[in-house]
Amino acid sequence: MAATRDGYGQALLELAENKKVVVLEADLGKSTKSLHFRKAYPERTISCGIGEQNMLLVAAGMASSGYIPFASTFAIFTERAFEQMRNGVARPGLAVHLCGSHGGTHTGTDGSSAQSIEDLAIFRTLPNVTVMHPSDEVSTRILTKRLATSTNASYMRTARNKTPVLYDDTPEDSIQIGKGIELKNGTDVAIVACGVLVSESLKAAEMLAQEGIQATVIDMHTIKPLDTDLIDNVAQRCGCIVTAEDHSIIGGLGGAVAEHLSMTATTPLERVGVKDRFGESGQSDEMLELMELSAPHIAKAARRAMQRK
Amino acid sequence: MQHTIEELEELARKCRIEIVKMVYRAQAGHPGGSLSEIDLLAGLYGTTMRVRSDEPDWEDRDRFILSKGHASPGMYALLAERGFISHEDLTSYRVLGGVCQGHVDMKWCPGVDFSAGSLGMGLSYGMGCAIAAKLDGSERRAFVMLGDGEIQEGSVWEAAMAAAHHELGNLKVILDRNRIQNDDFCETQMRMFDIPAKWRAFGWNVKEINGHDMNEVVEGMNYLAETNDGPSILIAHTVKGKGVSFMEDNPSFHGAAPNDEQYALALSELGVAV
Repeated sequence: MAATRDGYGQALLELAENKKVVVLEADLGKSTKSLHFRKAYPERTISCGIGEQNMLLVAAGMASSGYIPFASTFAIFTERAFEQMRNGVARPGLAVHLCGSHGGTHTGTDGSSAQSIEDLAIFRTLPNVTVMHPSDEVSTRILTKRLATSTNASYMRTARNKTPVLYDDTPEDSIQIGKGIELKNGTDVAIVACGVLVSESLKAAEMLAQEGIQATVIDMHTIKPLDTDLIDNVAQRCGCIVTAEDHSIIGGLGGAVAEHLSMTATTPLERVGVKDRFGESGQSDEMLELMELSAPHIAKAARRAMQRK
Repeated sequence: MQHTIEELEELARKCRIEIVKMVYRAQAGHPGGSLSEIDLLAGLYGTTMRVRSDEPDWEDRDRFILSKGHASPGMYALLAERGFISHEDLTSYRVLGGVCQGHVDMKWCPGVDFSAGSLGMGLSYGMGCAIAAKLDGSERRAFVMLGDGEIQEGSVWEAAMAAAHHELGNLKVILDRNRIQNDDFCETQMRMFDIPAKWRAFGWNVKEINGHDMNEVVEGMNYLAETNDGPSILIAHTVKGKGVSFMEDNPSFHGAAPNDEQYALALSELGVAV
């Protein structure tokens, strides 16, 4: 078990040999894990105090001057800088990399004020912005490192709490921005998940297997650009799809898949996500249960999807 | 190249004519804030600003960020007079496909360093440019022009606090204190009390000038150039619509174009034979 935010912090350290990489913080470096970079490279770490709007645009100014800025705060607070991301980063096409940690209801006991469930949706609407929500510490590290050579701005959500490590023995080449990863190959139903719900989806697939249902499980760590080839492929192979995310059912991964399928296929789609409501204080596992995001709920959605074939 | 005061005044007069023409042609845009800022722009570009019109993307250029990005006609007029764009380009103001987008846009117009238009963003961006310059060991500076209404945006003060914290002596602000914002006089919309005291309290070096007296403008630019112990701000007292009698101090011309009759009057006041 490991937290994806640790993968982010580790990636920044590994990127540091590129002198153009700079880190921006808004008083949450201890939490987002940029603190390791700050300790090792204080001269390339810019403290912006508790001021996310300023941070995003300082990053933009640095990007325009040839730097590769990685700015992080809690996912929920990236939202207050949405217009800065829109007008000051995405519109001029500056490669600023924004990381929102502690995303989703999985973040737990701080309660609903800290549980960002709309970040993926809002940033996905911006042209020139890559949106990712990796599932484990290893893929977060690899994908964060890949961002350093990307010419697009990005938003990446990481999670506060530990989740299973899925890619310990996986060659780095198989983890690429914009390419979903097929973790399990079945023909009855395809579960397309991101972030902390990828491991829940694998559990759901095991439950389904006991009933003789063979599920495909996709780690769709990149929500934008969406791997539409893979979606089309599994839609054809499995005939029905379930999306799973610790995020509102409006506009996130489920929204993105629905938008795509509406143009290409009549494949039944069930969306597992936060059902247009706010969370509350609770442990991660309790939150996944309360929000009906855990493995049994994903399995249930898979059965519903299959019935609609 | 150093200019005489008279040359700078003449540069500003020519720009004023172009501002009026642009807004008239487009029958839209922001003449008031363009006319209030233009002596400052002429003074900045005519003195300390290190840029190359034949190499607008020169890496070590000073950056200029027009944070009050709606006052773009002033910027475009200056860029045309300084050879960054052509006078022909000025006819593209607010026209589909034109380099002169409604609000200044770095993706469209050479010599524009930031795509502004949403108030309260330019100071933060300039701060990023200033930090980058320091990391590069470069002498380049970031100049940011703010509107007075603009400083009602909270994010301006996030940046003001952060810039002083980081002791950014290469970050320099010009505040166009024209006392009028979109709907009405600032005093009516949001009283700002003692603006110089606010900036001082945030840790800035502050100087006030008459933004239409070219001697004072040049003095102010010299002050910014020579003040390197932390960020500095030049608070320029200006008149919105300066140079066109019926636009002066008139909230109606924040964002409105002159009609035919007003256009002729404006041009004649600016010394154009009509």
